[in-house]
Amino acid sequence: MTTRILLDPTGERTAATRPRASRPDSLKGRTVGLLDISKARGNVFLDRIEELLRADGAEVVRYRKPTFTKPAPVDLRHEIANTCDVVIEALAD
Amino acid sequence: MDSALTGMVVVGEARRVSTAAPDGLVAIVKRDCPTCVLVAPVLHQLAEAGRLAAVFSQDDPEFPPDLPVVDDRTLAMSFALDIDTVPTLLRLEAGREVARTIGWSRDRWEALTGVEGLGPDLPELRPGCGSRTTEPEIAEAHAIAATVAALRSRRVELGAAEDDIEAMYARGWSDGLPLVPPTPERVGRMLLGTTRAADEIVAVVPPDLVECSVEKVAVNAVLAGCEPQYLPVVLAAVEAACTDEFNAHGLLATTWFSGPLIVVNGPITRAIGMNSGVNALGQGNRANATIGRALQLVIRNVGGGRPGEVDRATLGNPGKYTFCFAERELDSPWEPLAVERGVAPGGNALTLFAGAGVQGVVDQLSRTPESLARSFAACLRSVGHTKNVIAWDAMLVVSPEHARTFRAAGWSKARLRAELGELLQIPGEELVRGAGGIAEGLPEGFRTSTMPKFRDGGLLIVHAGGDAGMFSAIIAGWASGEIGSEIVTKEIGT
Repeated sequence: MTTRILLDPTGERTAATRPRASRPDSLKGRTVGLLDISKARGNVFLDRIEELLRADGAEVVRYRKPTFTKPAPVDLRHEIANTCDVVIEALAD
Repeated sequence: MDSALTGMVVVGEARRVSTAAPDGLVAIVKRDCPTCVLVAPVLHQLAEAGRLAAVFSQDDPEFPPDLPVVDDRTLAMSFALDIDTVPTLLRLEAGREVARTIGWSRDRWEALTGVEGLGPDLPELRPGCGSRTTEPEIAEAHAIAATVAALRSRRVELGAAEDDIEAMYARGWSDGLPLVPPTPERVGRMLLGTTRAADEIVAVVPPDLVECSVEKVAVNAVLAGCEPQYLPVVLAAVEAACTDEFNAHGLLATTWFSGPLIVVNGPITRAIGMNSGVNALGQGNRANATIGRALQLVIRNVGGGRPGEVDRATLGNPGKYTFCFAERELDSPWEPLAVERGVAPGGNALTLFAGAGVQGVVDQLSRTPESLARSFAACLRSVGHTKNVIAWDAMLVVSPEHARTFRAAGWSKARLRAELGELLQIPGEELVRGAGGIAEGLPEGFRTSTMPKFRDGGLLIVHAGGDAGMFSAIIAGWASGEIGSEIVTKEIGT
């Protein structure tokens, strides 16, 4: 109980609070990105989502990560951000 | 003024000692040194000639008597002037040292002072004594003080009613076990374990991708319970873990069991007392236990990787607290793992592997390498699943009593690996879905193929363990290579 000063072992990232992006009222006419993380049968799920989105009048663009074990490459993230209004990421298992 | 000569030393946080050294002849002495006592009359001679600017005494401000002695018991001036022997006689001009002699030598003292006939009753020559600044505790305290003054980590001041250990739990720094409080002094001492600058960036630590300095690694090494001489190993482990190839982010995030396993090779393992023998994969050795723990604490605290957050392991494994051991090199029948992976013999290096846990292999009857290899192969086939191929790497830890069978038969490590590779060519009909009444398996299209259990380079073999016991160990890996984690070997610096 004699220690009074400790050094912070963390990355010292203060919790940044950011407002959420505003949600669209409707997906009609908007571009929706569907990101397949490359886990088994994620495509089956996304195929069905694509059908439903198109029925609602949305444009759909499909993307795929090289492997589910790693974060999406920077270029892919940029492409999605520049092309899409909304993105849906499919998990699997 | 040249800062080296202002005698400015930072002790702890606030206490500053500032003593300017005057120009002219300056002597540094201590009463405890017989040579200093011997030269006291010479210092009087110089003072009477009006040539002596100052005498600094390291242990007694009354010594030498009847001279204007400056008290240097704090050793501020002695450290500033980098004194290692007393007496030291210096000539300073415009705040800079222009000449120095140590001990007593009439010729040198006369040459340095320009005064003839010094100490006529003294012998020609007498060596000096060690400066107090070279006493180990004092030298270390000084080095720690200098390091502490440069620390940059945020300081967390504990409340008067807070318990240190509980305060660290409350802040989320712990892996579940108690931590050593990272005081500035402990971190300062830890940093003496490396030659690297405290502010050097070691790695960018996932998952939060935070730049991590040598100092931050040192803070976490203190938390983990490391000794300073372990720090170079921890630094190399952090560097290896944060490579794209090793993929610490994915390893953390996976639902699979694995965590980083560190195998250390080279003379440093003996120098810091790592365990490669009895219970090598178990508890009880400080270096093994705390090096592995320090790496995990860096990922937790600097990288922000915590169970239930980015760490999604279904079950995990106890090796995720710490998993680090040394290879038993000295009586191994084979080249060390690091050498096999390209490190020069005798070099210090570590290898990081995405280890999932330990499965024992018992074989007390095989006396030929052929039979023992078959035992290994039969057990290795169960890594992940007996119907699973190529997807998982594995490490085979061969114990001394098993290794001797291969040594006696002259089997190299490459031979053993090649034989295991042959034995682990598995017919597709045993691997496909439904085979053996088990739904798990490969698609039907593989039925006529023959598949290797492990990819090329996916089976590591090391030698470790106690003298007795015909047991070896299989440590399963994780998704192998590009799609998951690549095995990474890294040399250990200083």
